[in-house]
Amino acid sequence: MNASLSAASRRDLVFGILTVALLAAVSVAFPSFASPANLADVLNDTSILILLALGQMLVIVTRGIDLSVAANLALSGMIVALLNRSFPAIGVLPIICIAALSGGVLGAFNGLLVWKLRLPPIVVTLGTMSIYRGVIYLLSQGAWVNENEMSREFLRFVRWDFVELTTLSWLAIVVALLGFIALRYSGAGRDMYAAGGNPTAAQYCGIDPGRMQFIAYVISGALAGVCGYLWVARFAVAYTDIALGFELQVIAACLIGGVAIAGGVGSVFGVVLGCLFIGIIRNALPLVGISAFWQMFINGLVILAAVLLSARQRERKRSILEAV
Amino acid sequence: MPFLTLSHIQKSFGGTRALTDANLSLHAGQVTALIGENGAGKSTLVKILSGVHQPDAGEIQLEGQAVRIDHPEHARELGISVVHQESVVFDNLSVAENMFVGDRPRERGWVSWRTMRQRAAEVLKQLDATFDPDAPAGSLSIAQKHVIQIARGLTRRARVLIMDEPTASLAHREVEELFGLTRKLSAAGCSVLFISHKFEEVFDIANRYSVFRDGASVGEGELAASSRDELIRLMVGRPVEQLFPKTPPELGEPLMRVEHLSRTGEFQDISFDVRRGEILGIYGLVGAGRTELAQVLFGLESADSGSIEVCGRRVAVKSVQEAVREGIAYVPEDRQTQGAILPFSIASNLALPNLTALAPRGWWSAQRETQLADEWVETLKVKTANTATVVQDLSGGNQQKVVIAKWLARKPKILILDEPTKGIDVGAKRAVHAVMDQFVHRGCAVIMISSDLPEILGMSDRILVMRRGRVRALFTREEATSEAVIRAATDA
Ligand SMILES: Nc1ncnc2c1ncn2[C@@H]1O[C@H](COP(=O)(O)OP(=O)(O)OP(=O)(O)O)[C@@H](O)[C@H]1O
Ligand SMILES: [Mg+2]
Repeated sequence: MNASLSAASRRDLVFGILTVALLAAVSVAFPSFASPANLADVLNDTSILILLALGQMLVIVTRGIDLSVAANLALSGMIVALLNRSFPAIGVLPIICIAALSGGVLGAFNGLLVWKLRLPPIVVTLGTMSIYRGVIYLLSQGAWVNENEMSREFLRFVRWDFVELTTLSWLAIVVALLGFIALRYSGAGRDMYAAGGNPTAAQYCGIDPGRMQFIAYVISGALAGVCGYLWVARFAVAYTDIALGFELQVIAACLIGGVAIAGGVGSVFGVVLGCLFIGIIRNALPLVGISAFWQMFINGLVILAAVLLSARQRERKRSILEAV
Repeated sequence: MPFLTLSHIQKSFGGTRALTDANLSLHAGQVTALIGENGAGKSTLVKILSGVHQPDAGEIQLEGQAVRIDHPEHARELGISVVHQESVVFDNLSVAENMFVGDRPRERGWVSWRTMRQRAAEVLKQLDATFDPDAPAGSLSIAQKHVIQIARGLTRRARVLIMDEPTASLAHREVEELFGLTRKLSAAGCSVLFISHKFEEVFDIANRYSVFRDGASVGEGELAASSRDELIRLMVGRPVEQLFPKTPPELGEPLMRVEHLSRTGEFQDISFDVRRGEILGIYGLVGAGRTELAQVLFGLESADSGSIEVCGRRVAVKSVQEAVREGIAYVPEDRQTQGAILPFSIASNLALPNLTALAPRGWWSAQRETQLADEWVETLKVKTANTATVVQDLSGGNQQKVVIAKWLARKPKILILDEPTKGIDVGAKRAVHAVMDQFVHRGCAVIMISSDLPEILGMSDRILVMRRGRVRALFTREEATSEAVIRAATDA
């Protein structure tokens, strides 16, 4: 009888074992892959994906979707890159705050359209995705901001090491932990699950599902903004098309990690695993000598498998009864 | 002095006037029954009292003070606990959390899962519920979910407890437990508002009554000084015979025969048959396995062992399509999620299972669709301006009527009804019973799962009683008495 909750954690467990197995398989073939230094590299490489996917998870749990995360990232990244070019003396902390603020505002715009005008999330974020990219072009006039136009501090922050891990990795770990605590122990976190699980019932309990969606968009946006800075600093370049199409990887990571596209279900642990899974494949494929195109193919297969895994008997039954 | 008074409350939704002049007073330590036909405005009043809706006009007084209840949280702070008619259950959350959504126990601002689990377990124990507070609500049956919802209303010490049709899917025993608790609460000074379409329950639990008709109060008083017929006359505006007089059956050969049917964890070794022209009633407590059995018969789940015969031919009902082809129809119990497509109009909902009939030669006809809908809205007295209204905007009972009509219109050979008259008023109940009666007289068979004892006793030719997944007794109409049926359904 103890089906879906424990099924969800059982699923996380199975998936965790699968990820470790994948790691083991790659390491057997290429022992250097399992070296701590390389694993740290993989984590570093996956950190931005983790940060974005955690924000996306909130949005999907509350029955939304955010297609504009990558565009938001690119726009916020461009804003801080331009700021840094004009005022090289600005410290990293203010830069991060500005990036978060810019991302948060862009997210809030999505959120307001969904909450107050009740527009469908997919339409809203499809629209803002193009708008945000357009704004980058307007701001930069199509030009690039290059490494030599960025201050040393701006570039160095993401490369700073602490106990063998980069700032990027630490950020991902800290945000994941905070996310876990907030989703499990804060009223707002629980309200998000309730609102996503059954919006009508949530209303009867005094929760406004639209407001929860709004909050999710703001958080997802703010994380995307911070990632904008991280991305630009990491790759030492800002231009209109950075992270183009990255939103699909973010959503894929959520789905692989067991977030239900219908809302109400998703865990921090699952999402982090989903991201690591993608990260391991992405880093292992070149070693194995398989082209990067296979990566998409494999990600796709894994998404389908993950969806199959979580398609429950009960849901099937319900959809049949609704249809007839 | 009444504890809570509502005077001249008005409320409209767009053009629909749900409440025109609603008055109600609740007294400390008393149970007031609110009765009225489907769509009379009872639930709308409940939603106003619980802060979900705001009244357009009128006044609410609590202990003589005028109050505004502008948010569900506010209602809880005032000590008003509500069990809504709609399903307020979150499938994705645990049982314990379900009971505390919107009002979670906290420790230094953080949700305290330990306290939540403890308090949930206490309340569930009072209700004699056997399920685990940690189980996900999605894994429970409809009736069990209903129990969670009632438990929700009991988690906080309420000064006013409002229950909107809490007994709709409960059987005798569970109702007794609920009433026991209600009596305890009201003895402790709580004012209770109880809404039900079952008069036995009203007279059993309540001291006072208040009757609504078309959004206005048409009478209130002491129940002791009143009678069932009087209440019905107030409700409907004219006298209505309560029970449908069942006509003598014309029994034919068996249409469906089930032998030694089992499904692990749900039911074991079920055997029975239903004959042409017969209504077979199935009675049992929540969790007896009745719904699970019906779902196997309709091909939603498969049996582990045993056989099903239709018209003497052994069939393997492996899918709903096959069941439909064998002429089996099933009206599910959970109508909000399984029965109706809420954002669709009444007419389109009715049309769905009847597309072939509505589209002779492959072309669908809007005229036929409206005609069919008009006919059923008339037969079951669905309260609505027209058949283009979306089902979502109907009152609870009227939604039920649409779902039942949808399947009755299909004219199947074997009709399985799961709680067919749950939540519908006297007049409509009679209409459903009349349709069932006509239906079996055309040589078809009905399997009726019901927790409503008078309905089971009044309409069934034979009564199968289930307990914990097994057949405990099979009564003929003549043998069946309420005591015998209840005894068979309850653990000795
Ligand atoms: N959200 C809404 N939008 C439009 N109309 C509504 C809405 N809610 C209720 N109504 C209408 O208000 C009227 C009263 O509905 P209400 O749910 O209060 O009835 P009820 O007395 O609870 O009936 P039942 O016994 O069937 O539960 C109905 O005609 C219904 O169609
Ligand atoms: Mg109602």
